[in-house]
Amino acid sequence: MSLTQILAEKTVFVQALNREIKMAKTLTQEFTKGLWEEIAPFRLVLGLCPVLGVTTTMENGIGMGLATTFVLVFSNILVASLRNIIPSKVRIACFIIIIATFVVITELLMQAFAYTLFLKLGVFIPLIVVNCIVLGRAEAFASKNSLTLSIADGLGIGIGFTLSLAALGSLRELFGANNLTIWTTPTSVIGVQEVFGPHFQPFTFMVQAPGAFVCLGLMLCLMNLLGSK
Amino acid sequence: MRELITMVVVLTVLAVLSGGLLSGLRNATAARIEVQQLKFVKGPAIKAILKGVSNDPIKDRFAIKDGETERKVFVGKFDDEANTVVLESFGKGYGGDIGLMVAINMEDDTIVGAGVTTHSETPGLGATAKDDPGFVSQFKGLPIEETFKVTNDGGKVNALSGATITSRAVCAAATQAGGIYQRMKPQLTEKLKEFNK
Repeated sequence: MSLTQILAEKTVFVQALNREIKMAKTLTQEFTKGLWEEIAPFRLVLGLCPVLGVTTTMENGIGMGLATTFVLVFSNILVASLRNIIPSKVRIACFIIIIATFVVITELLMQAFAYTLFLKLGVFIPLIVVNCIVLGRAEAFASKNSLTLSIADGLGIGIGFTLSLAALGSLRELFGANNLTIWTTPTSVIGVQEVFGPHFQPFTFMVQAPGAFVCLGLMLCLMNLLGSK
Repeated sequence: MRELITMVVVLTVLAVLSGGLLSGLRNATAARIEVQQLKFVKGPAIKAILKGVSNDPIKDRFAIKDGETERKVFVGKFDDEANTVVLESFGKGYGGDIGLMVAINMEDDTIVGAGVTTHSETPGLGATAKDDPGFVSQFKGLPIEETFKVTNDGGKVNALSGATITSRAVCAAATQAGGIYQRMKPQLTEKLKEFNK
C-alpha cells in the first residue's frame, strides 16, 4: 500500500468521524435548547393557556407537561417522516389532523389509565390541539429536519415545558395551599402535606387566576435577570 | 390539477387513517373508562352518601330511558330492602358542569344524602363543595320536591363562603335530580320491585 493511499484512507476516516461528532453535537444541541435557551413558556412566552390554567398544583403541571410532551414527540415523528409527502399548501391542515389525533389518543389513554389526573386537567387536555408550541414545532422544525433531529427537538421542548409547568405549579401550590404533591396514586399521595406547618395560613390568591399571572410574571422577571448576565 | 389531486388525496388519507385509529382506540378503551369512572368518581360518592347499605350499589345498577337520554340509577338496600335510588344530575358551576349524586328514599321521597362527583371548581373555594361534607349534608332529610336555593336567594341552603356560584350550581343540580325523580318515579318503583324479590 502506498503512502498516498494510506493518507487518503485516513482523511476519509477522519471526515466520517467528524461528521458523526457534528451529528451528535447537533442532536444534543437540539435536545438541550428546549431545556434552557428556548424553554417555551419563559423564553418564548408561548403556550401560556395551560401554563396559567392548570398549574394550581405541581402534580397538575407535571401531568399536563407529560401529556403535551407525548403529543409533541409523536406529532414531530409523523410530521418529519411525512414531510416529503405533505403538499406545502395544505401542510397546516395536515399538521392539525396529526396533532388532533394524538391529543385524542392521549385523552382516551389518560381516561383509561390515569383517571384521577384526567379529572383534574379536564378541558385542558383537548386544548393541546391548539397549543401553539406543538404546531410551532411541527411547522418550524419537524417539517424541515430529519426524523432523529425532530425527535430530539420534541423531547427537549416537551421536557422543558414540563419543567416550567412543574416549577410554576410547585410555587403556586406551596404558597397557595401549603402542600406539594408530586403524584397521586389511587391509594396514596406522593408529596408533602403542610410544608410550612399546620399554622400557616395559605395565600389562596396564589391558586386563583390572578396568582398565576403574578407568579408567571415574577418567574419571567427572574429568567430575564439570569439571561441578561 | 395534479397538485390539487395530491392535496385532496393526502388530506383524505390522513383523515381516514386518523378516524379509523381513533374509533378503534375508543372501542378498546370504552369498558375500562367506564370502570374507572365508577371507581374514582361515582363509587366513592355513592358509598359516602349511602352509609350502612347492605348491598353493593355499584353492582346493583340499571339504566333507564328518560326521553332521549339514558340515565344510570344505583340501588341501595337498607335492612335487605331496596328502598333507595341514587341519581346523578348536573349544575352549571364556576368552572364547568358540577355532577351531583343524590340518594332518594322512595318510601317518603326525602333525600338520604348527596355528594359532588365531577367538577372543575377552584381549589380552596368552589372545590370545597366536594371536600367539605358539611355542605352537601344540608340536603339530608329534605323533601325532594322542593326547589333548592341558597339563603341569599331566599332558600334554606347555606352557601359556601366565597363560592356562591358553586353553591347555586349544586342547588340547581339537586333540584334537577328531584325533577328527574318525579318524572321517572313509576318506572323506578317497578325496577325496585325486581331487587326486592
